[in-house]
Amino acid sequence: MLRLAPLLIVTLLVGPILAGLVMALLPAFGYLPALGGERPSLAPWRELFVQPGLARSVAVSFASGLATTAVSLAVVLLFLASVSVSRLDRWIRRLVAPLLSLPHAAAAFGLAFLIAPSGLLARLISPELSGWQRPPDLLIVNDPWGLALMAGLVIKEIPFLLLMSLAALPQLDAERRVAMARSLGYRPMTAWLKVVVPALYPLIRLPVYAVIAYATAVVDVALILGPTLPPTLAVSILTWYQDPDLSRRFMASAGAVLQLGVTATALIAWWCLECLVARLGRQWLARGGRGQGEQPLRLAGKGLILLASLTAFVSLAGLALSSIAGFWRFPDALPQTVTAAHWLRALPTLAGPVATTALIAIGATLVALILVLAALENEQRGGRHPAQGKLLSALTLLYLPLIVPQIAFLFGLVVVMESLGTRPRLWLVIFGHLLFVLPYVFLSLSEAYRRFDPRWSQLALSLGTSRHAVFWRVRLPMLLAPLLTAGAVGLAISIGQYLPTLLLGAGRIATVTTEAVSLAAGGNRRVIGVWALVQASLPLVGFIIAVGLPRLLWSNRRGMRGSL
Amino acid sequence: MTMFRSLAALLVLTFSSPCLALASDWEAILDEARGQAVYWHTWAGDTRINDYVDWVKRRVRDEYAVELVHVKIDDTGSAVSRVLAERSAGNHDDGSVDLVWLNGENFAAMKENDLLYGPFAEQLPNFSLTHPEHNPEVVTDFTLPTEGYESPWGKAQITFYYDAAELEEEPPRNMAQLLAWAEINPGRFTYPRIPDFLGSTFLKQALIALTNDNDALYEPVVQSDFETVTAPLWEYLDALHPHLWRSGRQFPANGPELRRLMSDGELTLAFTFNPAEPAAAVADSELPESTRSYVLEGGTLGNVHFVAIPFNSPRRAGAMVVANFLLSPEAQARKQDLSVWGDPTVLDVTRLDAETRSLFEQRSDNPALPPPEALAETLPEPHPSWMTALQGAWQARYVDR
Repeated sequence: MLRLAPLLIVTLLVGPILAGLVMALLPAFGYLPALGGERPSLAPWRELFVQPGLARSVAVSFASGLATTAVSLAVVLLFLASVSVSRLDRWIRRLVAPLLSLPHAAAAFGLAFLIAPSGLLARLISPELSGWQRPPDLLIVNDPWGLALMAGLVIKEIPFLLLMSLAALPQLDAERRVAMARSLGYRPMTAWLKVVVPALYPLIRLPVYAVIAYATAVVDVALILGPTLPPTLAVSILTWYQDPDLSRRFMASAGAVLQLGVTATALIAWWCLECLVARLGRQWLARGGRGQGEQPLRLAGKGLILLASLTAFVSLAGLALSSIAGFWRFPDALPQTVTAAHWLRALPTLAGPVATTALIAIGATLVALILVLAALENEQRGGRHPAQGKLLSALTLLYLPLIVPQIAFLFGLVVVMESLGTRPRLWLVIFGHLLFVLPYVFLSLSEAYRRFDPRWSQLALSLGTSRHAVFWRVRLPMLLAPLLTAGAVGLAISIGQYLPTLLLGAGRIATVTTEAVSLAAGGNRRVIGVWALVQASLPLVGFIIAVGLPRLLWSNRRGMRGSL
Repeated sequence: MTMFRSLAALLVLTFSSPCLALASDWEAILDEARGQAVYWHTWAGDTRINDYVDWVKRRVRDEYAVELVHVKIDDTGSAVSRVLAERSAGNHDDGSVDLVWLNGENFAAMKENDLLYGPFAEQLPNFSLTHPEHNPEVVTDFTLPTEGYESPWGKAQITFYYDAAELEEEPPRNMAQLLAWAEINPGRFTYPRIPDFLGSTFLKQALIALTNDNDALYEPVVQSDFETVTAPLWEYLDALHPHLWRSGRQFPANGPELRRLMSDGELTLAFTFNPAEPAAAVADSELPESTRSYVLEGGTLGNVHFVAIPFNSPRRAGAMVVANFLLSPEAQARKQDLSVWGDPTVLDVTRLDAETRSLFEQRSDNPALPPPEALAETLPEPHPSWMTALQGAWQARYVDR
């Protein structure tokens, strides 16, 4: 049974994606009998290439993928390099972790309200400091260069990359590396950047690639913060898919294939950059500089991550404030009146979506945990060398759902599911979420599992315990903290899913995220505030359990409480 | 006397038998509908509309034992693409959409691709209350005859609104005044980004006012010289855009965002498709008390929105029962109530009996509502092909400049 786990995982993940891609490729080349497309043709591509602003859409998607990743990675590495074991650092780490559970859409709404010309920041400095009686006519949110979009993404990707790095760091023995470099006279930050980063990067390469892929093809954040004339490629594709003129589906499919190409190109470009940086980095290492001007770097390392986290928290506070605001005119920094009406109105309709969201998230996460545990346990028993950081191994296929843009295969997948005649919607949605939950659960759990000291199991085996008993009675309990963290990550990922829920659930499965996005179409910031807060608080519950439960259960065993 | 009586009986028989047949047909539909779960896909961007749908849900459950499920979507196109995906997969009798709220190009697209069930509207007992013989707009959707493939639900008309506390002078009453006003008040007006529904309607409104060839707009676009007919529109927009919000480099996504910009004080003048929306927003403390509404000189574009049943809905009876309930005076009056939604009724109120008519009497003293006589001047919608053509031309002209 265990041996089948990796195969099962790969089939579950790769099958639907390939099928979905094929059903995007066929219409892209003119084949979709339901719409009268029976002969292959290049017409969809010709139509696509004359779309106004296509080149710019592609350019913004491509650039935001690379820039978002570069900035987030730089901030995370600088922060880790500047970290000592001070209270501030622990405080920052605790500040960042809950941000991982903040859904992208909620963060984007908050940021939009924070930085808009009529937003919270402008209100705080108006009219006294700025002299603005009316909001200034400035193009900040939805700027044509995608800067607001990148800022929104960076805020969300920093916690992700930080958590991935923190998970990978222990196996590098960073302290001893740094100590060695320090003894050779390197300043602490330089030492970290020179001896830890080259070893750390290969371990977080796949998460970094996932960030690139996500940022090139994101839909919800781009809808809220991204440019509009033209929008990013992924948003354009969504509009074409939803165009009442059904013949546009062909062009939309061609766009989906193009999106796949843009994401692939961004990944290749990043890989080229990696090679370039590696080459330059070698010279930098070989020159043997011991490090000067560390202080500004150290300040940047802490300052930038603090700025990003504070921005996220103030954005949330802005949303919370608007959710209870009565009349609130610019330039008032606070609402003139406060009312619970928006919450009272939403409460009766909350129960159903919240229950559905929890059911789907828990279902998908449980299945993902079981599959991941089975695969990892199989790997342990087989005594195989873990495939960490290597690009070519069977389990690398696990990252396929993170690399292939959702928009490229989900519409095709719906057609596939329809032709298979699958009707029960709830499990179909759970299955759709599993595609995205599984890789993240694997990402969060695998390092802890593989790092688990084998001597514990050997000791238990030598006492005559069976392999099964070792798993149930030694490994699982000792790994409770990382297991729960992985579960919380899985819940957060599932709760944030929009397109898979909408498309696979035929719109009938209402989760807090689908409700929030459809209400967001109404543009009422007070209502958006209510739903974004609900959406953000659900995954937080998961993280609180993940942090609290081990502390409760292992109150007398400090080493087993986890480090989050 | 006997002869007269038998003649009368004969007359009654002759005239009532189709009605009787209809009534018994309807009874059969009511029977069939009992216990069905009807999945109704509607745009759900407005809590007021959602609350109204919730009320409909409760009423049809109590009255007809129909379990109405509100499927909230952010774009009607997604319901259309769902039905399409089902047909491409060969699902011809077990679709997931039973009822959909739509009009205009969505209806045109679904009808053209045979994605709709019908004709069914004439079978709804309450449909006759709309008196289509006197109100052709309830059977015409953007110049296309509905042919019973959709049932009318409500009405919309372009209505402008502004903050009277900020705007001391008279608001602009026509397109020329609008341009002059925008030049004096740069950055205080805009319209939603094309292809948004409301934004596209603004283009049509401007085109009707500016073009020299109005008749061409009511025929399919291929039958006329698009360049010549629309030249005055582009000339106008080229002049207007530099004076718009964000200098015309960016446009809000849709009508609700336009309202939010008004609420944030970024705009002074805006417009909507629902004449009661500004008044409702004042009640929700979104807009200031000093909000006022009006309609342009010579009238503004208006249209009717409908509900339709996809061709593969397995619960047509239930969907028809809901569509019929939506047309009932009770449901229509509640929908028109400003404190509920404020969407004007499609029933011919003047032809209702006095008691029913009293349901529709509105207090018109709300200062944020447009004067009732203003809504009398409704311009009919051009042929739907104009919308698509205008959207394409606008995007080619203003995207990525």
